[in-house]
This record gives sequence, structure tokens and C-alpha cells, in this order.
Amino acid sequence: MTTLLHPYDVTQESDMQSPLDFNRRSRLKHVDRTFKAEIINIISLTEMEKLFQVRIMDDYYRSKFSYLPGQFVMLELPGFGEIPISISSSSSNKGFIELCIRKMGSVTTMLHKARRGAKVGIRGPFGTHFPMEKMHGHNVLLIAGGLGLAPLRAPIFNVIENRSNFNQVDILYGTKSPKNMLFNYQYEEWNRIADINLQVIVEHGADSWTGPVGMITSLLDDVTILPDDTFAIICGPPIMFKFVCERLTDDGIPMHRMFVSLERRMHCGMGKCCRCNIGSTYTCIDGPVFDYWTVMNLKEAI
Amino acid sequence: MLHKTINKSEFRKLVDLLMENEEVIAPKQIGSDIKGKAIHQYLPVSTFDEIDLDYEITQYSAKTYFLPYCENLSTCTFDDDDWTQNISYRLQPRILLGLHACDINALLKLDKVMTRDSFPSPYYVSRRKNTFIVGIDHEPCEGGFCQAVGADVVTHGFDLFLTDLGDRYFVAINSDRGFNVLSRVRIKNITQADTKAYLEARQALAPVFETPYMHNLPNLLDIEFESPVWEKWGAKCLSCGSCAMVCPTCYCYGVGERISMDCSSSYKEKQLYSCNLLDFASVSGGHNFRAKKETRLKYRYYHQHRGFSETYEEPLCVGCNRCGRVCLAGINPPEIIKDLQLEGIR
Repeated sequence: MTTLLHPYDVTQESDMQSPLDFNRRSRLKHVDRTFKAEIINIISLTEMEKLFQVRIMDDYYRSKFSYLPGQFVMLELPGFGEIPISISSSSSNKGFIELCIRKMGSVTTMLHKARRGAKVGIRGPFGTHFPMEKMHGHNVLLIAGGLGLAPLRAPIFNVIENRSNFNQVDILYGTKSPKNMLFNYQYEEWNRIADINLQVIVEHGADSWTGPVGMITSLLDDVTILPDDTFAIICGPPIMFKFVCERLTDDGIPMHRMFVSLERRMHCGMGKCCRCNIGSTYTCIDGPVFDYWTVMNLKEAI
Repeated sequence: MLHKTINKSEFRKLVDLLMENEEVIAPKQIGSDIKGKAIHQYLPVSTFDEIDLDYEITQYSAKTYFLPYCENLSTCTFDDDDWTQNISYRLQPRILLGLHACDINALLKLDKVMTRDSFPSPYYVSRRKNTFIVGIDHEPCEGGFCQAVGADVVTHGFDLFLTDLGDRYFVAINSDRGFNVLSRVRIKNITQADTKAYLEARQALAPVFETPYMHNLPNLLDIEFESPVWEKWGAKCLSCGSCAMVCPTCYCYGVGERISMDCSSSYKEKQLYSCNLLDFASVSGGHNFRAKKETRLKYRYYHQHRGFSETYEEPLCVGCNRCGRVCLAGINPPEIIKDLQLEGIR
């Protein structure tokens, strides 16, 4: 008796047998296989946020792992869960990636308890990126509010490392209060670079604070904006980037030259689980980086 | 496509042969409702007599055999402070017998999401390719509006497709494995009389019920985004998610992890979800992007009839109206769509 139906083994497909690469998104791959990675350093930023330096353990996959500013990874803590986290380090860095994580839900709370050497899983990179090459030869405004500095750090590094490709560069950062400031150990370094203007503002001052107090939009009063020649990248809570983008629109910057990064609940990162769906758009596939015109056209995006 | 005919007694032999070798899933009556109407489900069967190919519709769709309600995506085995991830995919063939055109069209729509473009799913592909599908034509079912969404006819996505011609079936063969399986029993070449009988049978199966007017629905949904129609229907919605559970095309899900009792391993588990459930779009920190139930109900329709159309030039809905039948609050697509159409011209 010959077999009526032959078993089909999906692992025998040639695409499944070639190395896993999340950048080749149209290929059939082991999409739920995770790269095992070691936490090599944990850097305390504030009471709520820590920076995790994470290194893919396999030499081959570490050398092949590449991403662009604005992309994110799915970070898995086996047994606890998997969460989307934007990559906070320079995309030219081949050794490890940096993930700035706020203690918020169950997975991040466990992560904050993790020690150096703990092994986590990484899938990705996923999503769209800030089109840095389009900005070459132009002025760049990099604006972040609160935790928004985490995703903005990747394009900041890109601009610094390729400084000659850009004209005027302004970095504006606003937080609720001085104690919420992220990466404050880096401000001096960025500020000492000739030709980069860094301004930091807080909503509520403190005795130790000597800088400006107010909303982030007030920092824009002191920036010369050439609307025909300026790109803007804005990361932060929706209410913040809405005010900033409206202000920049008034200044004459076209909406398709302003880029924002959206946040949504995500369970897959691959346009399947629908949790990050906004109307007909998947934040994980079509985003998280969108130009402001697209965001304006998404129902209930802000 | 090749066409043959097969006598019903030979077809029975074929099913017996299939059941000897593999798992067969087929429509089976599991009870009757309060009015005495039969309730069917796609379930594993072990004898031909358990199968009822004259069923009207199954309560649940066949998607559960491709997208299970609960699925293990990966297992992590712990070893001191290290772990190893293991993943396995379906390897066993299975036969799905007696699918109607709408359910096969639903699989074709899921194929678009799960096997193409971005990140094809090996879990879905392995199930799809290990499933031998035999479809069958049927009498129009009450409340269904498959014709309005173009899902009443199917041309591919199956191995064999049957049309009842009384003492025999008219068989469309759509795959070489379908041809091979069929060659185990006696089949006949089609005659002119068979073709005539087939066309007459198809004619008789044309839907007789009133179907919703779907013209320009994607644009209408966009324009009527703030319509009071959503508040009206949203007020009835219990946010229970039953509609998504029975829907043949709803595929959204959630992923969670569990640790085994002895803490030696953990499982990454995928569970089908529903965009009507309260925490569908809530994020840590407490914000819920879709806190109102009318918003969640609206997004289900928006995804089915606008979002999917934008990407794939066709609605995600196949018009089976299972969601309408199962809804405890009486929410159903034909009435919502009618309300929206009326709202548009008011």
C-alpha cells in the first residue's frame, strides 16, 4: 500500500534552511526563532529607566545583525514574555545594541531585576527607519520628549557620525523634571561638538536646575528654521509631537519632511497579530517611523 | 482544471480509504437548536456515516485547523542560567472534507496574509500544505451574503471540489495529489450530459436571500468614521469576542509565556484574540488606544471591509454571517452595512 498523502516538512524549504535574517522579510523563515543574547552591561539612567547593552552570542549572527535608525526589536525574556523595544544605539555599532527600558509592565519589571550575564532573546530588526540619507545636505532638527530620547538616540548618533553630510543640526530635549532626564551624562559630549546645538528644557524646575523651564516648543523660538531646507525627527508622547509638529507646520516645514515614531501594543512585529493596527496600517510593518502627513491621515493615530 | 464524475458509492469508498490512512475532519451534526435546526461543526470523524455533507453551515469555521485557538510557538528549556529554544511545525497530513466555497475563499484570504509579502508564517504554511481539502457546493444558507462579497464561487485553494448531481458528484480536480487520490477509485470522464447537469445544478444553487448592498463600502466606512451608527451598535456590543472566534478570516492574536510547574521549561503560546476585547490595544502604563467598545466594534468592520481592501483589493469578509448568528446582542453585518448606507444618504 503506497502512501496516499505525503507529509510536508516546511523546514526542508531552501529559504528555511538558509540563515535567519529578519531583513529579508518576504522569505519563508523561522520567524519565531530568537537570537540568544547576553546582557553585557546595565546602566542606570533614572529611577525608572535603565540602559541594557545586549550582545548576540552567536558570532555569525552578531556579525550579520544590521539595522537602521528608528527600527525596533522584539525582546524576549523566556517564561515572562516578549516586548517591542526601539534600538537606542548607533546602527554602525556591530558589537552590541543598546535598549533603553522603562520599568512599566510585567516583562520590563523582571528585566529591571536582571543582572549582567542574563540571557535574553532578540527577534528583528523590525519596522521602518528614519530616512537619514534623504536628509543629506539639509538642516536637521532632532526633537525628543521624555522617553522619546531612547529612539531618537539612533538618528542622533547617525548625524554625529556622518556630520559632514548635514548642514545645521539642532537637538532639543524636554522632560517633566530634571530627575527624569535620560542620558544626561552624554549632553556635555554632544554639546562640545562644534556645530551641534543641544538645548534641554524641563516642565517643572528644581533647586539644582539652572536651565530653561517650560514646554519644548518654546525652545524652537531660538532656532533659526529654514522651512525649505529643514527635516525634523520628533520622538515622544503623541501629545508632545502633535504640538511640535503643528508648531513646525506653522514655521513652514512641509509635513512629509517631519518624521515621528509611533508606539502601539505589539505581539509579533510582523504584521500578523493586528494589535498595532491603526485603521488599515500596521505600526510594526508600515511604521513605527511615519512622516507626519501619513500620521495625519491615520484615523485615531494621535 | 480537470473535471471528472464519481458515483456516490465510489466516493464513499474513497473517504473510507482516506480514513484508513489519515485523520479526516468533516461536518458533523452535534445537536440541534431550540427550533430543532441541526447544529454542525467541523470535527474529526472515524466513519463515513458520521459525516453530514448536506449541512447548511458550521457554527465555527474551519480556520481552527490552520490557526488553532491555542498554539505553542516555541519552547524554552532551562539549564541553570542558560536556555535553549525549540520550535516544531506540523508534519502530519490531514483531510478536510466538505468545505463550502466561503470557507475555501476564507483560506485564500488568509493565504495572502500568512504566506506572502512580509514574514510568511511557517506554522501556517506547514498546516496549509499538510491539509488535503475537498470542497462541496451547497444550497444557499439563510443570512449569508457571500455573493455580495464575491465569495460564493471558488476556483482554487482546494484539492477536489464536488457538485452534487443526484447519484454522482461532478468533481473539479485542482492538484496532482487530488488526481492521485482520486485514481484509487473508479471515476468517469465527463460527458456533455454531465456538463449540462452541472450547470443546471449551479443555477439552482444561486442565492435566493436578500443580500446587503455593498457598493462603495470601503469609502463609505472612511467617510462615516464618526457616524452615530457606531454608537448605536456599539451600545449593544458585549465585547465578548464571539464574532472573531467563529469568523473564518479573523486572525489577530496575542502571545503570552507560561512556565512549566517544575520550572524546567517555558512555552511561548499564541492565542487567537478579538479586536472587540477590552485590552486589545491597551499598553503598559495604562493607556488604551481603543478604550470605547463602539471604537473596537467599528475597527473590526473597518479592518474587514476597508483596511484589507486597501491592501488586497478585496474585503476580508466572506459573507458567511457566522458572526451575526453567534452574536448574543444581535449585531450582524447586513444590518450595520444597511445602516451605514442609509446614514450616507441622509
